[in-house]
Amino acid sequence: MTAASGTVARIEALRSAEMRRKRGWTLLFGAILALLVALSAYQGEVSWSKLVNGLPRLGTYIGRILPDLSLRSLGPDLADWMWNLPTWLSLLFDTLLIAFVSTVMGAVIGFFLSFPATRNLGFGPVTAQVVRRFLELLRTVPELVFALFFVFAFGLGPMAGVLAITLHTAGVLGKMFAEINETVSDRSLEGIVAAGATRDQVIRLGVVPQVAPAFISYVLLRFEINVRAASVIGFVGAGGIGQELMFVINQFIYHDISAILALLILTVALVDIVSEAIRHRIISSEVAHVPAAASQA
Amino acid sequence: MSPLPQARLEALHARYRGTVYPLPGPLWRGRLFWIGFTACFLAASAHLGLSPLRFWAGLGDLGIIAGQMWPPTHKGFLPEYLGALGETLAIAFLGTLAASLISLPLGFLGARNVIPNWLIHFSLRRGLDVVRGVDVLVWALIFVSVVGLGPFAGILAIAFNDTGVLAKIYAEAIENADRKASEAVRAAGGDEADVARLAILPQVFPVLISNSLYFFEANTRSATILGVVGAGGIGYFLADRIRVSAWSDAAFIILLILPTVAMIDVLSRWLRRLALGR
Repeated sequence: MTAASGTVARIEALRSAEMRRKRGWTLLFGAILALLVALSAYQGEVSWSKLVNGLPRLGTYIGRILPDLSLRSLGPDLADWMWNLPTWLSLLFDTLLIAFVSTVMGAVIGFFLSFPATRNLGFGPVTAQVVRRFLELLRTVPELVFALFFVFAFGLGPMAGVLAITLHTAGVLGKMFAEINETVSDRSLEGIVAAGATRDQVIRLGVVPQVAPAFISYVLLRFEINVRAASVIGFVGAGGIGQELMFVINQFIYHDISAILALLILTVALVDIVSEAIRHRIISSEVAHVPAAASQA
Repeated sequence: MSPLPQARLEALHARYRGTVYPLPGPLWRGRLFWIGFTACFLAASAHLGLSPLRFWAGLGDLGIIAGQMWPPTHKGFLPEYLGALGETLAIAFLGTLAASLISLPLGFLGARNVIPNWLIHFSLRRGLDVVRGVDVLVWALIFVSVVGLGPFAGILAIAFNDTGVLAKIYAEAIENADRKASEAVRAAGGDEADVARLAILPQVFPVLISNSLYFFEANTRSATILGVVGAGGIGYFLADRIRVSAWSDAAFIILLILPTVAMIDVLSRWLRRLALGR
């Protein structure tokens, strides 16, 4: 009896010690978090009154941008809402083209830079490091910053946007391609080397056939991301639907805001669905490494 | 090793069709695809007004800009820049925190094993898809016209945009939680709230924290450009300096941003490893 209660008491003591330890950590993390929130709120000029005043205004805003659609006159209402449809569709088409052209160019640049950035293809550690740092620079500078510079150098219009997204895409894809290259099985490469192949032939005949499905899959994923990027690149005058969208938002042309947003969301969803279907077909038809997760970078 | 004689190759080709030389069918299908693809690419480039001539002309201007970027200077604006950089971090931090707090209940609502009602599930997921379909910069622009210029609009934009992605990730993490723990809590007489708090939350909490940290990293990058549309942070100064062609100032700001982003990456990677207990 006393032995059992002694065990219980010991376990209880251990439990309360553990609880105290955990509570200590929780308090410490809570205090750090509270401090960070207070600091950020001060730095970010957040205040309770702003929040209380701001959120109802969001409701009013959404109410204003929603179109007047009624079931009885749906056709004319829709036509009224989408009054500028041809212009918007042509701008959306431009946006898609910007994403397409820049994805292709970025993928080509990334493709050729990925091999020197791969450590096990015999380009040497210095080359790999230099190319990797260069790719890192390309993907750390946001597209919009590149676009700001390019608008100045190449003038207003899609060309600046295409080049800006191309550079960013090259940085992201070059790094991912290099990572895929490093997973290639050495056996097939040794077979080709044994047959007397040069380094270029090893890449062409040994590496590329193995990595191609994964490459294409990443390129398609990047295309989806670039459609979103191309839709805002117009904010700085670099082409696409962005400029029109910025204009109607800044001028408070309420119904046009919702019309363009609806078209944009529809386009993005459509692109995602098509691209996902192609990716699934590629992945199921070839036994290859499947991208684990979409990169957000 | 010398190549096989032509006659031997022909004989092999006749025996194993499509291995020595590709069959004309697949060969031409492949060629036609690439010809068509290149034609599409060239047509698209032409439609957008891209031309090598313009490219070379612009490259010259770009060279001039690059030349004037060195040496980077701050012209006494360093305190302002550092303040704006702090504002950028504050926007990313508060935006991610708010999105995480909103996503937690939404994640439980959107998880099939917690709320079996398919209508709630479906409409919530589609709503999140809509939020996710638009770039954060568009939300920033909209919030600027709702609450006015300043970092508050940026915080709301990031919170709004990330809720669309995080709530989905949270919901999936909750759906993947081991259900044995839930059954144990139910068997001990717990209700649904107890199940969520005592069985599901302890399992998914590290995953949620790790994802939020990852988003904090990504948001630090996007917060650096929110200022372009007037939603606070260092982007305002950067866009302004570029607009007035103050290239050395712009270079200075970029050189401030790059290490800050890298630092946040390292910090967040360390915290993520800590959260996942590795």
